[in-house]
Amino acid sequence: MSTDVTAKTPAPAPPGKSGGAAGDGLLQLVMDGMRRNMRQYGMLIALGLIVALFAVWTDGDLLLPRNVSNLVLQNSYILILAIGMMLVIIAGHIDLSVGSLTAFVGAMAAVFMVKNDMPWPLAVLLCLAVGALAGAVQGFFIAYGGIPSFIVTLAGMLIFRGLTEIFLEGQTLGPFPEGLQKVANGFLPEVGPNTNYHNLTLLLGFAMIAFVVFQEFRDRRRQQEFNLDVPPFNLFLLKLVALGAAILTLTMLLASYKGAPIVLLILGVLLVGFGYVMRNAIVGRHIYAIGGNLPAAKLSGVKDKKVTFLVFLNMGMLAALAGLVFAARFNAASPKAGLNFELEAIAASFIGGASMSGGVGTVLGAIIGGLVLGVLNNGMNLVGIGTDWQQVIKGLVLLAAVGFDVWNKRKVGS
Amino acid sequence: MAGPVLEMRSIVKTFPGVKALSDVTLTVQQGEVHAICGENGAGKSTLMKVLSGVHPHGTYEGDILFEGEVCEFKDIRASEHRGIVIIHQELALSPYLSLAENIFLGNEHAKGGFVDWRETLRHATELLRRVGLSDHPDTRVADIGVGKQQLVEIAKALSKKVKLLILDEPTAALNDEDSGKLLDLILELKKQGITSIIISHKLNEIRKVADSVTIIRDGKTIETLDVKAKETTEDRIISGMVGRDLENRFPDRTPHEPEEGSAPALEIRNWTVHHPIDQQRKVVDDVSLSVRRGEIVGIAGLMGAGRTELAMSVFGRTYGRYHGGTVLKDGKEIRTKSVPEAVKNGIAYVTEDRKHYGLNLIDTINRNISLSALGKVAKGGVVDEHEERQVAEGFRKSMNIKAPTVFEPVGKLSGGNQQKVVLSKWIFAGPDVLILDEPTRGIDVGAKYEIYTVIDQLAAQGKAVVFISSELPELLGMCDRIYTMAAGRLTGEFSREEASQESLMRQMTKDKEVSR
Repeated sequence: MSTDVTAKTPAPAPPGKSGGAAGDGLLQLVMDGMRRNMRQYGMLIALGLIVALFAVWTDGDLLLPRNVSNLVLQNSYILILAIGMMLVIIAGHIDLSVGSLTAFVGAMAAVFMVKNDMPWPLAVLLCLAVGALAGAVQGFFIAYGGIPSFIVTLAGMLIFRGLTEIFLEGQTLGPFPEGLQKVANGFLPEVGPNTNYHNLTLLLGFAMIAFVVFQEFRDRRRQQEFNLDVPPFNLFLLKLVALGAAILTLTMLLASYKGAPIVLLILGVLLVGFGYVMRNAIVGRHIYAIGGNLPAAKLSGVKDKKVTFLVFLNMGMLAALAGLVFAARFNAASPKAGLNFELEAIAASFIGGASMSGGVGTVLGAIIGGLVLGVLNNGMNLVGIGTDWQQVIKGLVLLAAVGFDVWNKRKVGS
Repeated sequence: MAGPVLEMRSIVKTFPGVKALSDVTLTVQQGEVHAICGENGAGKSTLMKVLSGVHPHGTYEGDILFEGEVCEFKDIRASEHRGIVIIHQELALSPYLSLAENIFLGNEHAKGGFVDWRETLRHATELLRRVGLSDHPDTRVADIGVGKQQLVEIAKALSKKVKLLILDEPTAALNDEDSGKLLDLILELKKQGITSIIISHKLNEIRKVADSVTIIRDGKTIETLDVKAKETTEDRIISGMVGRDLENRFPDRTPHEPEEGSAPALEIRNWTVHHPIDQQRKVVDDVSLSVRRGEIVGIAGLMGAGRTELAMSVFGRTYGRYHGGTVLKDGKEIRTKSVPEAVKNGIAYVTEDRKHYGLNLIDTINRNISLSALGKVAKGGVVDEHEERQVAEGFRKSMNIKAPTVFEPVGKLSGGNQQKVVLSKWIFAGPDVLILDEPTRGIDVGAKYEIYTVIDQLAAQGKAVVFISSELPELLGMCDRIYTMAAGRLTGEFSREEASQESLMRQMTKDKEVSR
């Protein structure tokens, strides 16, 4: 929503005649930046509009602190999957198995913790390892075996769904240890004096704002050290204010209820971590390179097979994490868990700016795409639209988002 | 001969920014085999596309007269309807359909929308026999060799009641035996009254089958010669193909002085590579060459000579099947089995096909430049974006890449600027040996000069440069030494003084004698 603010903020009033030109230049810069990242800003604006629409439609219920908390918890597992799926799609592949894998890991978790009373931290680690192994096996066939990912993961989808039913013997297993439930459903602990707000969440929010401001300033200084052009200072300031306002809004919303859900923190770490890897780590660059032009990447010395393998291994691990969160949230492992999750994650990635042919997309985009779907779900539930029409509408949104992208590209002529 | 069957008069064809054909006139007599000759990029294929309606009427200037009538073809169907059929270099057969299905594809024997298999089979058998094939018409195309596929293409042309058959480099992908068969078939068809146009580089082939030859250079008709006449020697044809003037289009180069004693920077010994699919075919055949530090060594050759295949197979075995040979760097044998190994050993290969093999077009300039050497701007696996940007900015200025920022997607740049990005990328990797494959293909004169200057500077810095090019003036202007290749083999080596367009072209068109 931060961009929403940016876009609507008029250029600063011209203090003098020379300032007028600077003001126009600033607006120009903002517009240029937006045009260059049309897809991502477009989706941010769309998300803002959808939020605004449902906020009005539900008489503000959508933005009640309680509902925002719920929204995060309800969508956490799809968002986790969407992050991994985004990497897979950027690399030029697809993964249809993640829904089944989510259920399978949930079943394993139940076998470890419910049937065998294993301590939950150990079980969590084992489950993540199982997910990574499942991803690695699929990745092996795709990267080194040369079998198309669509086929391998379609097979995986059937296999893991079947194994889930075998392990659970068709039954629902539960309940899970309290510690794990707290991670999936709980909030940050209450500390300090009563301020009508959740102190730790406030503190965290302020710390984050401070961190962002510090990072941005450091980044700017480093750019200057390398003698690189930096955006004008007032534009830089505008960006900081917008970012700060967005974080502050979310913090206040969450802090006036029970505080930040623990899952939100996990998501935040994943978003920042994977965002950083995709942008700055060599392996992240290589993922973009193999998706953008595989022959060129190979001729540049990118170890394409290894990178593909790692992308699927990572997807398996994230699917395991999503499976754990899902199972713990509903306090049971069910054979029908994770149904159609792969499709939701794929839809989120495409709404968030991925391209069928690979090489394009960001982790933040996957989150935005996932949130668009999440807010639609939540908002439509609140106003009482049935699941039948919800599916129709979500389908239309996916079509519109990608259609807009195709149309926009054709118009630019690239 | 019964007068001309085809006349193309003053054909002019312009593509955005390039004049591909500036004034071509072609007269083909009824019942003859007419060869068209010219360097790569002279405009032969464009001319044939104009004739066959790939470039429809209205997109070119000039007239086409076929059998005395002015023709205005709006697509290939229109020209095929008149009996003009073109067989492209890349065969257009559907591999998993049968021979019969391919022959009648788009032109099926049918009754009320359903295929009449009995008639299809009968007619296909007849056509296959006419081109000398005894394979069953139900055989899949994928199961027969390239040579036979070429014959199936001709059978397909015959099914369309062809009067004028155009063959674009028909023997480029064939072995000697298949080439011989194909040429015999062309002569056989001639007896049946079918006129043929054959585009070819191979002068011995032209002498074998053609009655006359038209030479095209830089989009213009140079001359038409009677092949059977005594004075039409191979040298005569060559001088027509290359007679271009050498203007001052190159930076002044101080020729490289070879230091005696020191080992060459890169030496390739007895390198042999087979075709990746047609594994019997040698694409690179026992090639040995060397290049020293500070030296620019050219490799001249026509289409299908195996230059790119040689370079790519040396660079991490990215082409074909390795069948022997060694690579030495500074006198020591090195492994170049994979691209990372080749790069680690200081070898860089700048592809001829920058769009498919050189660049990630949807990504930005800075990220393309850093891709092959990300480690240089990274610490512990993490890229320092600012340092990366600074590196890219440096190249943008030094290479004069015309773009507002280094964050511009490479796909939006012009060909010349894209080429500068690919070069920057490999210069940044810091190699000792640069293999440049057609580094000036498809870019304008100004950008060419800039690229020549860069290549010159690289040599002056002590890098060894291998310069692969189809443009002889460019090789003559830039290189210290030039090798020629033909049909996968090295056919000559020239010093700067010895080399001339004629002498090079003679070795480039030297093919094994066509059998029988």
